[in-house]
Amino acid sequence: MSARERVAGQVANYVDERTGAAKWLKKTVTKVFPDHWSFMLGEIVLYSFIILLLSGTFLTFWFDPSMREVEYEGSYEPLSGLKMSAAYASTLHISFDVRGGLLMRQIHHWAALIFMAAMVAHLMRVFFTGAFRKPREFNWIIGVGLLTLGIVEGFLGYSLPDDLLSGTGIRIAEAIIQAIPVVGSYLSYFAFGGAFPGEMFIQRIYVVHILLLPGIFLALITAHLMLVWYQKHTQYPGPGRTEKNVVGYPLMPVYMAKAGGFFFIVFGVTAFLGAVASINPIWIYGPYTPGQIGAGSQPDWYMGWLDGLVRMSPPIETHAFGHTISWNILIPGLIIPGIIFTGMALYPFIESWMTGDKREHHLLDRPRNAPNRTALGAMSITFMLVTLINGGNDLLATHFDLSINQIMWFSRIGVILLPPLVFVITKRICLSLQRADRELVLHGRETGRLVMLPHGEFIEVHEPLSPQRAFTLASHEQPAAIEPVLADDNGVRNPKGAKAKLQARLSRAHSEQVAKPTTKEILEIEDHH
Amino acid sequence: MSNEIAPLTDPGLPEHVHRKSDVDPLAAKKAERQVGILFLLSVLGTLLFVFSYVGIEEDVFIFLPVMGSTNAHQLFLGLGLAMALFFIGMAAVHWAKTLMPDHEVIDVRKEQRSKDEDRAAFVATVKERGGEAGLGRRPFIKRTMGLALGLVGISPILLLRDLGPLPENDLNTTNWAAGTRLVTDPGNRPIKPSDLEVGGVVQVQPEFPAGKERHLDDIAQDSVLLIRIRPEEFNLTPERLSWTYEGIIAFSKICSHMGCAVALYEQTTKHLLCPCHQSTFDVTRAAKVIFGPAARPLPQLAITVDSEGYLVAQAPFNEAVGPSFWGRDSQ
Repeated sequence: MSARERVAGQVANYVDERTGAAKWLKKTVTKVFPDHWSFMLGEIVLYSFIILLLSGTFLTFWFDPSMREVEYEGSYEPLSGLKMSAAYASTLHISFDVRGGLLMRQIHHWAALIFMAAMVAHLMRVFFTGAFRKPREFNWIIGVGLLTLGIVEGFLGYSLPDDLLSGTGIRIAEAIIQAIPVVGSYLSYFAFGGAFPGEMFIQRIYVVHILLLPGIFLALITAHLMLVWYQKHTQYPGPGRTEKNVVGYPLMPVYMAKAGGFFFIVFGVTAFLGAVASINPIWIYGPYTPGQIGAGSQPDWYMGWLDGLVRMSPPIETHAFGHTISWNILIPGLIIPGIIFTGMALYPFIESWMTGDKREHHLLDRPRNAPNRTALGAMSITFMLVTLINGGNDLLATHFDLSINQIMWFSRIGVILLPPLVFVITKRICLSLQRADRELVLHGRETGRLVMLPHGEFIEVHEPLSPQRAFTLASHEQPAAIEPVLADDNGVRNPKGAKAKLQARLSRAHSEQVAKPTTKEILEIEDHH
Repeated sequence: MSNEIAPLTDPGLPEHVHRKSDVDPLAAKKAERQVGILFLLSVLGTLLFVFSYVGIEEDVFIFLPVMGSTNAHQLFLGLGLAMALFFIGMAAVHWAKTLMPDHEVIDVRKEQRSKDEDRAAFVATVKERGGEAGLGRRPFIKRTMGLALGLVGISPILLLRDLGPLPENDLNTTNWAAGTRLVTDPGNRPIKPSDLEVGGVVQVQPEFPAGKERHLDDIAQDSVLLIRIRPEEFNLTPERLSWTYEGIIAFSKICSHMGCAVALYEQTTKHLLCPCHQSTFDVTRAAKVIFGPAARPLPQLAITVDSEGYLVAQAPFNEAVGPSFWGRDSQ
């Protein structure tokens, strides 16, 4: 035994005698993870979160979360002598007078954008592959919670510098709070410690931004990962992969190196963006004052859809009995987002009810093999994209020489017409792809090689697929639609007949498929040749 | 299930294909060298970072294509850090992909559900232990406990009461009163009608008595835009026309939609546009909404001149400025 092994052994013995960790660790280091690029999206979210914690901690050493008025005396000449809040002044100080401060600010902001983008991409991966199905519904709900809080956290974060752009964002948030019936103006006065903007808001959201929400994030992410660990990761269908196994590489050493290395890659790319791509140059916007505004005021991208919804809203308010209800704020600002996020959180249960499928699923769906779900997803993305486009209507108008009014009308009509249209088209595309898969399995791959037969006929040579590939394309389930039970055997009408009918109708839509090839069909074709 | 016949049977895991570095010691040696070089590139990155931190002054600007004038200190700090981190990652991943074992491993998966006997034992335990507490047999404890737990939540909610004052009538009032002079913002100078040319726009605030400080809360409610057009271009009711002075009309600058500053004035069309949500107001028709999500015109401030010829408010705003709220009387 070498000296090194002896020391390692002693340390391990010391720890295990006090914790009994050896048994658990032995299982842990051989834990198997399936390999696929799309499984890295969630990793990017986790790593961005760590980058956010590190860079954010650095920023707190200098940031002064106070709305106290100060006179700027730092090294950025154009703002010299100007009155501003201490929050804004300290952000300028970080940007110009702390070495590496601007870099860290930019890394922090870029990491936040990547955090949200990777979260959305991860969500789409989970949705389109059906990874949210039993037993993973809890993790789906935790994910929706993380996404919602991520939007709030990001908004609070870019509001902290108290510059003209972010102050405008806070003003809009205040108007949404104020629009809540009955209690709105009270909530606003409590949140702001009086009339907008007051002198309390920055320090309050600072605590929420650096302590409260990160703490909740940490708890939710931990729960999320523990469930992934405990339930074992899903895998894509393929030869040797079943509902009863998990095929992949062990944690030690392959995934330690790959995942650990990937953290450094994500951090490196974020640092590169922070170095070369300027983001949120608050010194150009100037300090916040409610009487001024910059043209082209835009939120960060993950808030853009919300702003786009508010922009496209028709001008409707109700005035009655001395009270005002702003539907033009409530509907796009609270009601529609509420419906979207609630619907998203409940989707696993809705789908399970529609299909009547209560089994566990560990093999992922290829999106084409779940046409209805894929079409629903594409429909939701379309809705979001149209609202996002409208959120940038002013920039689109100036950059592409369009009229704002036309973009607004396109969005108002498009947000209603395009999603259902995309639903239909996507579903058809999925079914066509299923048909193509069927052709591939039955007749093989087109080689592009033309052969002239002795009697003069031209044929194209098809090459049969490998058994592995053929299995991958034809191993999915195709459950039949459920039949509604409208009356029992004695002819007594089912009191829940309407519900059963609706369920059957949805189930029919959900089970629309192109029949996959069977062994029998393949054998018949082989006989035929 | 519609397809009872087993489809194409599972051929099992494909055979493992050896990588070049598994069979060829030279290739393995080469991969090892590559990993080492990647780690060394990271070391270079750290050196660049340290050099930039101590060696490049914070105010050195260099000109780069595409990026334009760039702060060299921040740029090279960032590039050094990016290199240092990125290449550690690349080295680790390259190491894993070329030299670490690439045999796929199969692990079995059990159903999440516990075994029936475990479940039954759990239910029995809970029933037994729960029964020992005897909550079901002692309704008085159950009810009083419910009451206590329900009420204890009041304290933390009540504690939040002092977060802010009640709005009272605050949202309905501004600092404008009859006779208040209009002063420029910025500048704080009273203005005469002759200071504003036709086509001109100026932002004003109410004049404060000496010693009173103007806070952002005041600006958030008081900001007013003065716009001067030719009087014959107005298309106003006689009352509203009497609120203008020689073609000068005054509107609250705080958007009636969500409170942004309505700052974009288009001189040719005489439209005011809010940059936040593009609500557009027609100045000639008392800021009537002609486009966008705003549901109400901007409140108009009645103005005139005082004995010294300076512009003053005839009266306070006759309605609340800014975004709507429940207690707003919009009739």
